[in-house]
Amino acid sequence: MRKLNDNWRLITVAIPFAWLLIFFLAPFFIVAKISLAELAIASPPFTQMIEWADSGIMTIRIVFDNFIYIFEDDLYRNTYLNSLKISVTSTLICLLFGYPIAYAIVRSGPVAKPILLFCIILPFWTSFLLRVYAWMGLLADQGTINNILIAIGVIDEPIRMLYTEFAVYIGIVYTYMPFMILPLYANMEKLDGSLNEAAADLGSRPTNTFFKVTLPLTIPGIVAGCLLVFIPATGEYVIPDLLGGGNVQMIGRVLFNEFSRNSDWPVAAAVAIVLLFLLVLPIMVFQYFQGRSSGQG
Amino acid sequence: MTASNSVSATPWSDTDGQKPLVELRGVTKKFGDVTAVDNIDLDIYAGELFCLLGGSGCGKSTLLRMLAGFESLNSGSIKIDGVDMSDVPAYDRPTNMMFQSYALFPHMSVAKNIAFGLQQDRVPKNDIADRVQDILKLVELQDYGKRKPSQLSGGQRQRVALARALVKQPKLLLLDEPLAALDKKLRKHTQFELANIQEKVGVTFVVVTHDQEEAMTLSSRMAVMDAGRLQQIGTPTEVYEFPESRFVADFIGSANIFEGRVTEDGADHVRVQTDVCDVFIDHGQSVKEGGKIWVALRPEKIHITKSDTPVTGENQVSGVVDDIGYLGETSIYKILLPNDQIIDVTAPNQTRPMNRQHLITWEDKVNISWEPSSAMLLTS
Repeated sequence: MRKLNDNWRLITVAIPFAWLLIFFLAPFFIVAKISLAELAIASPPFTQMIEWADSGIMTIRIVFDNFIYIFEDDLYRNTYLNSLKISVTSTLICLLFGYPIAYAIVRSGPVAKPILLFCIILPFWTSFLLRVYAWMGLLADQGTINNILIAIGVIDEPIRMLYTEFAVYIGIVYTYMPFMILPLYANMEKLDGSLNEAAADLGSRPTNTFFKVTLPLTIPGIVAGCLLVFIPATGEYVIPDLLGGGNVQMIGRVLFNEFSRNSDWPVAAAVAIVLLFLLVLPIMVFQYFQGRSSGQG
Repeated sequence: MTASNSVSATPWSDTDGQKPLVELRGVTKKFGDVTAVDNIDLDIYAGELFCLLGGSGCGKSTLLRMLAGFESLNSGSIKIDGVDMSDVPAYDRPTNMMFQSYALFPHMSVAKNIAFGLQQDRVPKNDIADRVQDILKLVELQDYGKRKPSQLSGGQRQRVALARALVKQPKLLLLDEPLAALDKKLRKHTQFELANIQEKVGVTFVVVTHDQEEAMTLSSRMAVMDAGRLQQIGTPTEVYEFPESRFVADFIGSANIFEGRVTEDGADHVRVQTDVCDVFIDHGQSVKEGGKIWVALRPEKIHITKSDTPVTGENQVSGVVDDIGYLGETSIYKILLPNDQIIDVTAPNQTRPMNRQHLITWEDKVNISWEPSSAMLLTS
């Protein structure tokens, strides 16, 4: 019996470990290895890390040139900064709109609540790519929005929206809003409604109750929602490519260009590794917050 | 108990000179088609520990929430200390509430939870610290100020909730099932503690409970509620010994109820004919002669003797033991009467049974009787 239990425990621990090993750690090491190689005219197009000479001597070749190149070239630095700026701003916009939406859903009646939640999840039924193309149709110079505005006489000539940073913001905020709302909703739904009543009973006005009780208790939801938006938004490729065109530099596009157009796998890999570390930082902050809040019970 | 001379210790019994602290007039609350609280009139006086007792869904919690300001009234009015509360939001009322779930703020320490209400009133910082310490001492949690609610036991949380509600010295403290979440032993202990604290601080308490024992132990007066209406208001003794209706007689304690007809209605006695026996009551009560009436008998007020000679007459009847419930200190006997009605009789087990054999056992023929003062008349 005990033996059986031990085996089960081993299996339940081993499965997630194996999953992470195969689908996260192994690809990471492959990418890391490529980032330390040099561009070569070969297939795949980079030098091997370990080579065996005919004499049986093993040579290990590690080059940091790719990283030095990325840090010295303004293009990459600016692109990273621009990506962070766009993802941070989009995250804040999502929070600003997502928080009241989540709050309203939690407070809505038993009939409205499932309908509202369904509406939040509804966009996932359509392909992400298709929805971004739809935004192109809406935002284009001859697109739906401009046509309507001209037809009702608000403007005389089309406002340029597509291929601007504005369009990228629209795309990111629109796409990632559910990832902000859903964790906030899950967090708020758990809150004991009598806490608000208790605060009111003790003399606190609604605004004060929000800042002293509701907001502090929804921090875990805010952190989770922000990370779920911030992390994928920073590395976003499709949205800046389709809605921003060449005018909005984001690191996802640069990475793709290095990889496919320049066929410079080592630099592309180095870009990816740097991006990974940029994103690991907020995850660690999140872990810290989670550990603290679970410590509170 | 030390009641000051200027205020009567039982203001509700001498209502002439007293102004009630809480006045409810025609208070009604509807949720859709359901009338949760139905046209209630009630006065509660300063210093009382008033219990609202009733089963689940009887409207007692809704009534409490209306006093706190969490529910609006469909009609009627609530006055607290002479001030009409209809336009006063919860945060401006001179009431505080202790929630059934305690509703302690999980992100704040015990001391901060208690200080929260004082901060809303802009009490100076030093005063807050002093008052928090004082109230923690009152609930015997002086050393727990820095703990988070999650680090406390159920009993400790209950006392923090009480302290938080008391620290603002409200005119009226509302307690929603204050002891329901505690285990039985702790609950019994806390009942007395709660009553002692109420006496010490002198705040008027309104307690909602479904537990009749809790209501009887705690309250100076209680109201029995059913289907949104107050069925009876009185001291625990009044409600238990002089119930006005079958519902109250049966809800508080247990009662054997016989239907009957008033045959004599004297100034100092009442006689009722039932199909069990004639019931004689040695005090007058305003009833209609010839009218339909119910007689209720508390199981503990019936005498039981083992006897093979059947009796008939006033306040006595013969029967057969149908079943016995042995509870240790007392036993419950189910007695089958000649009219096929089974009644409950409880008797203390004052002698230790010899040979582990009880004096009265299954299928025994017994005679039961009661004092002329014991039977209670119910008009509805």
